[in-house]
Amino acid sequence: MRKFWIKIQYTKWFNITKDGLFKENPIVVAVLGICSALAVTNRVENAIAMGLAVTFVVTASSLVVSMVRKVIPARVRMITYMVIISAFVIMVQMFLEAYFPVIAAALGAYLGLIVTNCIVMGRAEAFAVKNPMKYTFFDGIANSLGYTWILIAVAIIREALAFGTILNFRVMPETWVNWTVMALAPGGFFVLGLIIWGVREWAQNFEVAAE
Amino acid sequence: MINLIEVFIESVLSRNIALIFILGMCPLIAISTNVKNAKGMGLAVIFVVFLTAVINYPIYLLLEATGTERLSILVFIITIATTVQFLEIFIEKVSPRMYNNFGLFLPLITVNCVVLAVSQFFVNRSYNFAETATFSLGAGIGWALAIILIAAIREKMENHSTVPRGLAGRGIVFIIMGILSLAFIGFTGLSFF
Repeated sequence: MRKFWIKIQYTKWFNITKDGLFKENPIVVAVLGICSALAVTNRVENAIAMGLAVTFVVTASSLVVSMVRKVIPARVRMITYMVIISAFVIMVQMFLEAYFPVIAAALGAYLGLIVTNCIVMGRAEAFAVKNPMKYTFFDGIANSLGYTWILIAVAIIREALAFGTILNFRVMPETWVNWTVMALAPGGFFVLGLIIWGVREWAQNFEVAAE
Repeated sequence: MINLIEVFIESVLSRNIALIFILGMCPLIAISTNVKNAKGMGLAVIFVVFLTAVINYPIYLLLEATGTERLSILVFIITIATTVQFLEIFIEKVSPRMYNNFGLFLPLITVNCVVLAVSQFFVNRSYNFAETATFSLGAGIGWALAIILIAAIREKMENHSTVPRGLAGRGIVFIIMGILSLAFIGFTGLSFF
């Protein structure tokens, strides 16, 4: 078992997944896709829905980009990605509106804005155009899960402080006074800033070298 | 007319697209390292946001008339990409000096969520044409205001403060934006009439 584990650590699959989730986490390390990470994270359920939507769009669009990578001329590749990505976003939008209208209403315009989420474009441009489909698939999943877990972490902190609940279960004592500011934009900025600080300190991954 | 002024003030201050709606963060963080670049990017965004919203409005009416408003995102993004491309060529030909100042930022704007967001907001809020034009102008100016403010603060911080190393670089921008955002919430309920 131990041997198997060591062996797995040297495969490309494992490293792609690890990079996406931790070492090159799109939000914490690359600081991409922040708009939706802050705007929809005042409730945990919204964060989960957004995470899943982005997971689907990133994975599916990277797969398609990887599939057609040899036939797109370099000049028009951006607009080709845009068309591919927005087709998938429209699918997600229609699906959520049909089956989960409450969540679709809460996410509002941010659902459509997955099109311009830098993570989707970033993965298409940085990974999918250069790699075969099997690796692209893993890379898409790993990156979007890396995005999702940060989203959920931010949402748990914000919902607990702003409403005293997590997924509508009461976690704070009855005497808890809601911090309304946490449900507004500044709360998101502060919480994400502190999370980035924490993760960087833990991973010892800094932007400026210590003097 | 009064309604239009209200839409404008609201979109610049109390409903600032960058600090209250949290849009366009990627370029906001990446380009706010100095005021000169921030000004270039801000100008480019004002211009493109206004232009694309004005172009997208009649297109949306057309989509609505044919019952295909589901495809609006796809159509909007193509309009935006095309407009930006045209603008780049046009500016390069007409005024090379202007191109050097903010031409570089134009391709980046296609993936700036502010542009698409403004086109989506006028749909969601069912604005008419005059309101759309005013709102898009205000949103662009609001975004430019935010990026210039942040860039100025970051420039000053370079020389005058020691930031904890885990926050240094892009981390501290979030704290700056949080405080600025608190300040902009203070504009809520502002009225001149």
